[in-house]
Amino acid sequence: MSRDLMEGSEAIARAAIDADCRFFSGYPMTPFTELLENFAKSLPARGGVCINAESEIEAIGMAWGAAATGARAATGSTGQGLALMQESLSEISRAEVPLVIFNMARGQGDYYQATRGGGHGDYRLLVLAPTDVEEAVYLTQLAFHLADHWRHPVLVYGDYLLAHTRQAVEITPTDFGERPDKSWAVDGSLGGTGRSRNVNSIGMQKGTKGIDPEAFWDRLQKKTERIEAAEVRFEEENCEDAEIVIVAFGTLARFARYVVRELRAEGVRVGLFRPISLWPFPSEALDRATSNARRVAVLEQNAGQMIDDVRLSILGRVPIVSIGGISTDAAGFGIGPLLDAEVIRARVENVFQEGAS
Amino acid sequence: MSKRRNLPVLNTENAPTQPARQTGEFHPGLQLTADHDLCPGCGEPIALRILLECIESLGLAERSIGVIGIGCYTALTSMIDVDLIQALHGRAPSVATGAKRMRPENLLFTLQGDGDMVNEGLQEVLHTAARGENVTCILLNNGVFGETGGHMTATTVLGQRTKNTIDGRDADYHGHPILIADLIAQLGGTGYAARGSVHDAPSIQRTRNLVLRAFENQMRGDGFSFVEILTMCPTGWFIPTPEGPDYLNEVLAPVHKLGELKSGGVHAPTESES
Repeated sequence: MSRDLMEGSEAIARAAIDADCRFFSGYPMTPFTELLENFAKSLPARGGVCINAESEIEAIGMAWGAAATGARAATGSTGQGLALMQESLSEISRAEVPLVIFNMARGQGDYYQATRGGGHGDYRLLVLAPTDVEEAVYLTQLAFHLADHWRHPVLVYGDYLLAHTRQAVEITPTDFGERPDKSWAVDGSLGGTGRSRNVNSIGMQKGTKGIDPEAFWDRLQKKTERIEAAEVRFEEENCEDAEIVIVAFGTLARFARYVVRELRAEGVRVGLFRPISLWPFPSEALDRATSNARRVAVLEQNAGQMIDDVRLSILGRVPIVSIGGISTDAAGFGIGPLLDAEVIRARVENVFQEGAS
Repeated sequence: MSKRRNLPVLNTENAPTQPARQTGEFHPGLQLTADHDLCPGCGEPIALRILLECIESLGLAERSIGVIGIGCYTALTSMIDVDLIQALHGRAPSVATGAKRMRPENLLFTLQGDGDMVNEGLQEVLHTAARGENVTCILLNNGVFGETGGHMTATTVLGQRTKNTIDGRDADYHGHPILIADLIAQLGGTGYAARGSVHDAPSIQRTRNLVLRAFENQMRGDGFSFVEILTMCPTGWFIPTPEGPDYLNEVLAPVHKLGELKSGGVHAPTESES
C-alpha cells in the first residue's frame, strides 16, 4: 500500500482509467483543463483514446458514441461547457447510455444545472459531489459502476479546489462486483439477423413502425423512482443533539466540517449534514438528522440553490437560514472569501445568536 | 402505369381497409420491410437501398454501425437491419467518431440530411473530415427541410422557392448555398468525396459506385469519406410527384454538381495543394 501525493485532476483521471474508462473527450476550460491534460497523458498509454474535441458539444457527442459501443466513457467541462452539453445529456439519459461527466465547476453555482436535469425534457442525472481528493477517487469509480448499472449518465461535481489540491491518496480499483451485461450496445454483429439494435432516445424499436410513448415514458419514470430509492448517499456528523445543523456539500462541506469540529471541542452543539448524492437528494435522512435542531443553516457557494432541496426535505418544520452566498475571485474561478474557516465560523456563531434572541 | 389502370374502382361508401400507397414485395436484405412512411416520390428510400445493398455486397452486414441524424429519413430506422445509434440533429459525425475509435474494425457510417449536416451540424462534419476520421458520412441533400414542410436550408439553391423564401432564395437577403461536398474535398483529412443523385436509373447506378468507393476507402483506413446524394422532395418543392426527378436534374444538380471531387485516399493531393 502506497500513498502518492497528487492533484485532484490527476487522481480522478487515474481512478477513472483504473475503473476501465476507455474513452475521454474534452475541450479545455479552467478548472477542468488539467483533467483533460491528465487523460490525454495517461489514457492512450493504457490503450484508451482521448480526443481534444472542437467544442464541448462535440466532446459529449464523441463520448456518447464511444459509450454506445459498450466502452466505459467520460467527458466533462466546467458549468459553462456543461451548458453546451445539456441537449445531449438530456437525450443520453433517455437513450439509457451509461456515461460519466465531470463538472470541475467554478464554485457551486451549477447546483441547479446539475440536479434539475439542466436540459430539455423530463430527466435527472445521478450527481455525486466529493468533498476531497480521496473521496473523489472513490466516487469516480462508483460513477462508472452506477452508470453501467442503471444505464444512466452520472455527473461528478467538483470545483477548482478539488481539481488543484494536492493530497496524499491511494488509488486502488474498488470492486463493485460483476460488470452488468451490455448486450444492448452496438457492435455491428446483429446486422442482417432481424435483431439488430437501435440505441435511441425516443423508444424506437426495430421492425415496428412508430413508437409507444406511454410505455416508453412509464418505464423511464419507474427507473427514475428506483434510482431515487436506491442511490441516496450522505454523511452526517454530530447531528443527533445539534441545536444548529449545517448543510453543505463538496469543497465547502470540508470547511464546514473543520468549523463544526472546532466548535464541538468548545462545547457548542452544532452538527454537519453533507449530501454526497445531490440527486437523489437525501431528503429523508436530512429530515431525521435535523429532528432535534432549532435552526438549519445552509452553507453553499451560490445565491441559494440547494436550499430549495433542504426546504423540500424539512417542509417548514424547522427554520432554515442561508449562511452562504455568491463568493468568487476576480478570475471567476470560485475561490472566494467564503472559503475560509474563520468566515464560516463567524456566520455559524451568528446563527446561534439570532436563534437565542 | 398499366398496373395503375387495373386498380379496382374505390367504393366510396366504405372506408378503405388498405393503405393508399402501393408497395412491392421486394426489399434489400438489410431492410426489414418493403413499406415505408415517407411521401410518394421521395428520393430517400432509394438512397437507403443503395446504402444497404453496398454494405451487403462488401460483406460488411455484421460489422456495420450507422449513426442517424434527425429528418424524414429517421422514420426509416425501424426498418434498417443494421446496428444503429440515433444522434441529435447535427451531431452524427462526432457520435460516429467516438464509436469508430472504440471499434476501428467496424464500418461506421452516418446518415444525415442537409438541414442536419449543413445547417445545424456544419462544424461537426468539417472537423470530422479535417481529423481524417475513418468514418463515412452520407448526406441526403434535397435542398429543403422536408420534415417541417419545405423550408430553406443552407443548400437551397438561388431562386429556389421554399416556405420561407416564397419568392425564391435571394442571395442578397438569404445568402448563398453551401456546396458542402466541394468544401469537404478541400480538407486534408478527406480521403474520398463525391456527389451523386437518385433521379434516374443511370444516376442511381453511379451513386452506388460512389458509396462503394467511400466504404472501401474507410475499410482501407484511408481517411474521411463522404458521399452527398441529391434526393427528390416533391412535397417540399411544391411540385407534382412525377416532376421530382426533372426538377432535381434541372434546379439542384447544376449548382450541386455531380461527380467525384476527391479520391485516392487521404494522402492524395487536394486541389489546393496540388
